[in-house]
Amino acid sequence: MGGKQDPTANGSPKSESMGAKKASPDLLNSSFSFKSLKLKTKQQELLLRVSILGLVYVLAFIARLFSVLRYESMIHEFDPYFNYRTTLYLTEKGFYEFWNWFDSESWYPLGRIIGGTLYPGLMVTAALIYWTLRFLRFFVHIREVCVLTAPFFASNTTIVAYFFGKEIWDTGAGLVAAALIAICPGYISRSVAGSYDNEAVAIFALLLTFYLFVKAVKTGSLSWALGSAFGYFYMVSAWGGYVFIINLVPLYVLVLLITGRYSMRLYVAYNCMYILGMLLAMQIRFVGFQHVQSGEHMGAMGVFLLMQVFYFLDWVKYQLNDTKLFQTFLRITVTSAILVGGIALGVGTASGYISPWTGRFYSLLDPTYAKDHIPIIASVSEHQPTAWSSFMFDYHILLFLFPAGLYFCFKRLSDATIFIVMYGLTSLYFAGVMVRLILVATPAVCLISAIAVSATVKNLTSLLRTKQKVPQTGSTKGVGSSKSSSKVTLDQSQPFQKNGAIALLVGVFYLLSRYAIHCTWVTSEAYSSPSIVLAARGAHGNRIIFDDYREAYYWLRQNTPTDAKVMSWWDYGYQITAMGNRTVIVDNNTWNNTHIATVGRAMSSYEDEAYDIMRSLDVNYVLVVFGGVTGYSSDDINKFLWMVRIGGGVYPVIKEPDYLVNGEFRVDKGASPKMLNCLMYKLCYYRFGELVTEYGKPTGYDRARGVEIGNKDIKLEHLEEAYTTSNWIVRIYRVKPPTNRL
Amino acid sequence: MAARIWIFSVAVALFLSFSSGHDLQIVNAERRIDLSSHIVNAFLTLKVENIGKDPAADMLLAFPPTQIKHLSMVQAMAITGKKKKKTYLPLDVKPTEQPDAPNDTGYFLVSFATPLTPGETVTLEVLYILTHSLEPFPSEIAQSESQLVYYRDSAVILSPYHIKQQTTFFKTPSARVESFTSVDPANRAGKEIKYGPYEDRAPYSYAPVIVHFENNSPFVVVEELVREIEISHWGSLQITEHYRLTHGGARHKGVFSRVDYQSRRSISGSSSFNALLAVLPPKVNSVYYRDNIGNISTSHLRTGFKKSELEFEPRYPLFGGWRATFIIGYRVPLEDYLFEAPDGRRYLNFTFGCPLVETIVNKLTIKVVLPEGSKDPSTVLPFTVNQDLQVKYSYLDIVGRTVVVLQKDNVVPTHNVPFQVYYTFKPIYMLAEPFMLVSAFFFVFVASLAYVHIDLNIVKK
Repeated sequence: MGGKQDPTANGSPKSESMGAKKASPDLLNSSFSFKSLKLKTKQQELLLRVSILGLVYVLAFIARLFSVLRYESMIHEFDPYFNYRTTLYLTEKGFYEFWNWFDSESWYPLGRIIGGTLYPGLMVTAALIYWTLRFLRFFVHIREVCVLTAPFFASNTTIVAYFFGKEIWDTGAGLVAAALIAICPGYISRSVAGSYDNEAVAIFALLLTFYLFVKAVKTGSLSWALGSAFGYFYMVSAWGGYVFIINLVPLYVLVLLITGRYSMRLYVAYNCMYILGMLLAMQIRFVGFQHVQSGEHMGAMGVFLLMQVFYFLDWVKYQLNDTKLFQTFLRITVTSAILVGGIALGVGTASGYISPWTGRFYSLLDPTYAKDHIPIIASVSEHQPTAWSSFMFDYHILLFLFPAGLYFCFKRLSDATIFIVMYGLTSLYFAGVMVRLILVATPAVCLISAIAVSATVKNLTSLLRTKQKVPQTGSTKGVGSSKSSSKVTLDQSQPFQKNGAIALLVGVFYLLSRYAIHCTWVTSEAYSSPSIVLAARGAHGNRIIFDDYREAYYWLRQNTPTDAKVMSWWDYGYQITAMGNRTVIVDNNTWNNTHIATVGRAMSSYEDEAYDIMRSLDVNYVLVVFGGVTGYSSDDINKFLWMVRIGGGVYPVIKEPDYLVNGEFRVDKGASPKMLNCLMYKLCYYRFGELVTEYGKPTGYDRARGVEIGNKDIKLEHLEEAYTTSNWIVRIYRVKPPTNRL
Repeated sequence: MAARIWIFSVAVALFLSFSSGHDLQIVNAERRIDLSSHIVNAFLTLKVENIGKDPAADMLLAFPPTQIKHLSMVQAMAITGKKKKKTYLPLDVKPTEQPDAPNDTGYFLVSFATPLTPGETVTLEVLYILTHSLEPFPSEIAQSESQLVYYRDSAVILSPYHIKQQTTFFKTPSARVESFTSVDPANRAGKEIKYGPYEDRAPYSYAPVIVHFENNSPFVVVEELVREIEISHWGSLQITEHYRLTHGGARHKGVFSRVDYQSRRSISGSSSFNALLAVLPPKVNSVYYRDNIGNISTSHLRTGFKKSELEFEPRYPLFGGWRATFIIGYRVPLEDYLFEAPDGRRYLNFTFGCPLVETIVNKLTIKVVLPEGSKDPSTVLPFTVNQDLQVKYSYLDIVGRTVVVLQKDNVVPTHNVPFQVYYTFKPIYMLAEPFMLVSAFFFVFVASLAYVHIDLNIVKK
């Protein structure tokens, strides 16, 4: 190793990382010596490593800026608008007002206790960054802070990934992991600039917690365990996905116990992390006593108790010094412990003290559960089971490197590698259940793949180097001659080793470069659209912008009474409150299924029935999204069956077959009469029958579904068109006051 | 109360004692009122004669109380020379109070360039601009209807002087006039309604008339405009304009139908507007157009040598009573607007008013943000405005920047005239910010150097 005087510093970060990972990993302890200007090998290596990490850090940030460059600095999609609105509130009113905020602008007439029903980590993080910048006299707008929070945390994640990789394998693997995760599409999809969502900071917190915990288990140090407890606290404050940590960590501990890897280090790390983490997590109002009462958290508590039993038994064994007596004691203790635990669990569950598993948790373990029982979860596209293609899309070569990495992990089994293997396998299972959980699996996949890449390249280069060294041994005096000569003896085993190694190395670099190209392409093409602004290519290749959502929301904001209530499908709730600043009936929080079902029922009823429902909810405006003119396919007509299903789930008067013809969903002449006259159909297609949308097609040709609509003569009795955007994507109707009775 | 009556009576006595104004008479008056947009421009040509014994230094212009509060601007010019060699001499006009004003009549005092000697005549051109003077009737219209408005005025000119002969013309935007009050002789020809000529009308004669006509011109009213002009001595002037715009015409009633709006544009929504034009300075760059939920993509910029034109659309067409708020920002090079005065002070020379064409601004606030460290700001303006000083904190500021706030109500495009803000500034202050950045970096490196070299361990390894 001493002979490495000229590290291969030719261009790409990955090839540099190969050269860099050779040296011993003590980064912080190495001190600079200014006596000679020429850097020592160790210093060269440190310089290289720091500069690679710096480049990766910057790369992770700028790769996520496509959306800002292509569109503008804006908040994306749905949930981020709620987060942005709450952050705005936090920065304007302060933390206490935020914590006690009762929002009357959503879920009318119920309202929503914001402080008690959200994970405040993201907002507090953004507000802290904002306040710090203001303190440092950088008067940025809070929107810019929110937009760039996700890329910033993605950059930080790469650093954590480096340290994690270093912990489970070596510095080389750490560098590769940092580089892989910086551009991995699975992560980028949730962390581009503007995607101001909980996941943006949560992945950082997740990986940090895991890293600190692994470090704590490795060292048995209280300070690392404390760090991981705080990491866990941050994770709890940021995202509901913390449940994954609080189940994976106990599972990992359990596996270590079973495999006989129990140690004092583990005892210290887990106890400290669990107890402190639990106490801290209970400070988050949304979690509160759930942490000790709900079914999802019981595993952690069970393992905690098991750990105490284990320790106790260990102690008794040490005291007794009699195997036979100990065996009896063991049997009695274990039986009674299991009995007591079982009874406690049973009594707790039966008395309702311990809440059963939630539907979301069930749907994670059983992919078919949501489809049958909770249509509202099943209706979200990101909750669908993952297709193979999206694995390929999001992981690319990592999908093949992952098993290889697992092989290396098993080959060099340690506490840390066991953890990463478990993390990888469980999260990959969840990723298969739900598309959005690909995100959680991404760090594990990147780390394990990094091990594969790093180990492979290391093996191959060491082969190459020893080959090269053979003729050189004579010329290079002293430096590393003893080590290379020891390797010479190994080299003679296979004849084409050198050529084979070169070919394989080239292959690896080719794959890695394809990965980089793929990631950039995916980021720019698929994951950088804000989905508020739609862009399309015109007939002459020019870019056409459909800014209808904001047009409609701004119209609402400016031209309706400030206390107006807007009814729309829940997808648009957050956006209407954030951009339109008007009260909505339901929004993306989906905490009250009945309320959503009521809206679903109104949308799928005849106009006069719907009018009664709308009157009872004080609705002033109804907003529908309609893609028939532009061919925008994710509109309300295509979502309509879910409204029927969710509405029908609570109100049996709504029956799905009424809207189908022979099990088929149609909007043309062959559609069912109920479909042709329900409120949603009427609102979407009102006066659409007079319009020619496409040359050579009849009037009322729906471009999103490619049919001529079935009901062109729509009369509205209780509603009137209040506004329709320039491309008809959003249509707003005013609910007329009731006519005077004579 | 008693005191007020006393003051009043004293004032009346004073006024009567030097009421030389009544010794003037108007020989001939012609008034042309242009009603074609929502800003009413009235051109008054007066031939004034001094029939008294003393020279008259000034004369009064009277306005009825309904007009005085909508009066945005009054300008007067004296015409000298005949026909082709006419020269216009701007005269000083300022609002004044007259104690014996009947029915709250408002007055403006026009000072002649040279006092008018007895028997002498002078020809004056007076321009006055009225805002919010067209009242939509019906006040609510549907999408397909055309907008009709009332304009109320007097057939004869309100004046404290005797007027020998006068004529008034109203110019309407289209030939569609629903009705107009007839005061003989009055007649209409096409777009023009003529009242008069009337002979020998006594002072304070008044003959109310109402003209009811079609006016579909865009009633663009900016309820509030805040323009912030930030001077950076590093080479640019950043202007940020916050608009709160509304359609000031007849309120929109009932349905907005997109089908009608896009297919029958000529008859549907004829009083609405969806395009605005802002005239910006030449060499303008980094123009943006957004509102508080993001960028608005419908705008075109044409830059030229004399002016730049920004053509833009609000997010939605504006019908009567609809609102839109937005922000326009741009940057211009500093050397065209910032100069050094002979006494060493610096001054900014910029245009007052609103860049949007044909727009009424109800409340205009101009904030001139001077660079940090500027002192003694003073402004030069051709008309009176409310002034105030504020402090603003911007990037890397420690003591804050002085902000000169100018505020004026009822602003029309005629107010787009240059104004100056003078201030003193030491160039050394320019180095403050770079110095702060440099020292911050320096401390980071010093700190890391210290961290590497100081051993923080308690136990010696």
